[in-house]
Amino acid sequence: MSYFLKRAIFLVPLLLLISLLAFALLKLAPGGPFDKERAPATVEIKRAIEAKYHLDEPWWQQYLRYIGGVLHGDFGPSFKYRNHTVTDIIAQGLPVSVALGGMAFALSLGIGIPLGFWSAARRGEWGDYTGSFLAILAVCVPALVVGPLLVMGLAIQWQLLPVALWTSPAHVILPTLTLGLYFSGRVARLMREGMLTTLHEQYIVTARAKGLNDTTVLLKHALRIAILPVVSYSGPLLADLLTGSFIVENLFQIPGVGVFMVNSSLNRDYPMVIGLVLLYATLLLVLNLLVDVAYSYLDRRVKYE
Amino acid sequence: MSEQGAVSESLSPNQRAWRRFRKNKFASACGVLLLSLLGVILLWPVLSSPTVAKALPGFLSAGLHTPNEHSAELFAPPSGKHWFGTDIHGRDIFSRVIYGTRVSLLVGAVGACVSLVIGVLWGAGAGYLGGRWDAWLMRVVDVLYSLPSIIFVIVLITTLHGALDKLQSAGKLTVTMRDTAKFVGLFVGLGAVSWLTMARIVRGQVLSLRTRQFVDASRALGATHAQILFRHILPNITGIIIVYLMLLVPAIILYESFLSYLGLGIQPPQASLGSLIADGAAQINPIRIYWWLLVFPCSVLVSTLLALNFFGDGLRDAFDPRGDR
Repeated sequence: MSYFLKRAIFLVPLLLLISLLAFALLKLAPGGPFDKERAPATVEIKRAIEAKYHLDEPWWQQYLRYIGGVLHGDFGPSFKYRNHTVTDIIAQGLPVSVALGGMAFALSLGIGIPLGFWSAARRGEWGDYTGSFLAILAVCVPALVVGPLLVMGLAIQWQLLPVALWTSPAHVILPTLTLGLYFSGRVARLMREGMLTTLHEQYIVTARAKGLNDTTVLLKHALRIAILPVVSYSGPLLADLLTGSFIVENLFQIPGVGVFMVNSSLNRDYPMVIGLVLLYATLLLVLNLLVDVAYSYLDRRVKYE
Repeated sequence: MSEQGAVSESLSPNQRAWRRFRKNKFASACGVLLLSLLGVILLWPVLSSPTVAKALPGFLSAGLHTPNEHSAELFAPPSGKHWFGTDIHGRDIFSRVIYGTRVSLLVGAVGACVSLVIGVLWGAGAGYLGGRWDAWLMRVVDVLYSLPSIIFVIVLITTLHGALDKLQSAGKLTVTMRDTAKFVGLFVGLGAVSWLTMARIVRGQVLSLRTRQFVDASRALGATHAQILFRHILPNITGIIIVYLMLLVPAIILYESFLSYLGLGIQPPQASLGSLIADGAAQINPIRIYWWLLVFPCSVLVSTLLALNFFGDGLRDAFDPRGDR
């Protein structure tokens, strides 16, 4: 327990370091947030804009000011979307991204785990070949391929589902499929690998020797350990999915935060980028911590110092 | 005969893996498929050059075009003249797909090699030096893992493009030089964000190898650190590195197609499979469906990725010491 507590406390300096890195990266790169706008009429106006956003201070002072704000829950103003704070934009977009990402996550586990389990249980038979082929096929059709094809086929040609937007349950289906299908392949492959490794272990041999039937051995004894690779993959996967996907949000015109990650980096909108980086890093680190907790619960042989 | 028997007894692990790989018919078939694809994309520029095209039989030469050849037939569906149809500028999709496949494979291969160099040096350094160095080097990897890689790539590529465009408009670079530099920048950018897992894998392997007796022996014989690392340790993990490299190529091809979708990948009029799909996706509209713009690049991308993945999987199974999987 104290091990996990120590790691949880260690998250704070780690997040500071990550924000500093992102800040330095954006500051080092040439180009400022207002480059693409019309040039200010006079030097005074330019100075006034810079003074408003404290861009005239040395970079370390800007960073400290930013961190000071973050500690008060203020992530600063967006440079690009004037009159909006970063907190506003994230608060508006995140629920949508979380809903979509959550469903895609459920889809990828819902397809991936049974598929991988089934392949491993039918190892070396046609069932395994079919399952493994489907899993590799899914890994080879990224959102960029699935999305446009689904829109063209199901939405435009046969008009079964809406083309874009995020308003009714029917609007949810295509984006979820587009986002989740690829990862279901990854999960299925991990699940199969995990099962095959576990089935070689001594305690499975023992369980079989005791005369337990196959279903009990696979479901009650093997599954618990075999799922560990999937568990450790689901930490980074969930962090990735919950913070939105550019392609899916762009293709289906969904108002999530995924598009902001890309657009704000392109626009050098520092507060926006660092806010999103902090969001992603926090999610990732916390989820990885939870994964390790789950690990020690599922596999009692795992001991953390 | 008895001598031959003795030779096969003392096969190196890599030779044994090669034998196991050849027994895997499906993966070998994928290898052959990839080789023939490579043949087609390398031969294509020769075939489609006007002098050679004239000498070929009619049905073939009618369909031969160069990727940037404009024609009056905009959005023509697939036909004998344009096997995969034409796009918004009347360019032949078939030749563009061939060209795009070449670019995608090149990007995948070079990007994978860049990340190989960084990842192996970093991981081997951490694993070999051990102790405090190991801890620090791997903490860096951990921190970089928790930064979204897309931000790195965007900042790197937009900075490079900005600098190059400025140099070009100042007359210091020709357009070709600028475009080539952008191309190289893309390789470096892709490689620079994909080396983290490679570093972890190599570090783990080196860590376990460096305490082995043959390393102690060569150290006792006076080998330098570089000799131990490059002559004794790294050759022992080539198998694992090659396997991971083969699985990295499709991953980098995918990453490039994502960048092309953002407009940061291959710059037009050059094309990659990803940028062709992005172009096709941009033409989706409810009035008229140009399915050939999407279906052909997508199916070529998917089959290339499938072949690469099956090939990589076959290699991994062959190198797996637990053999029978």
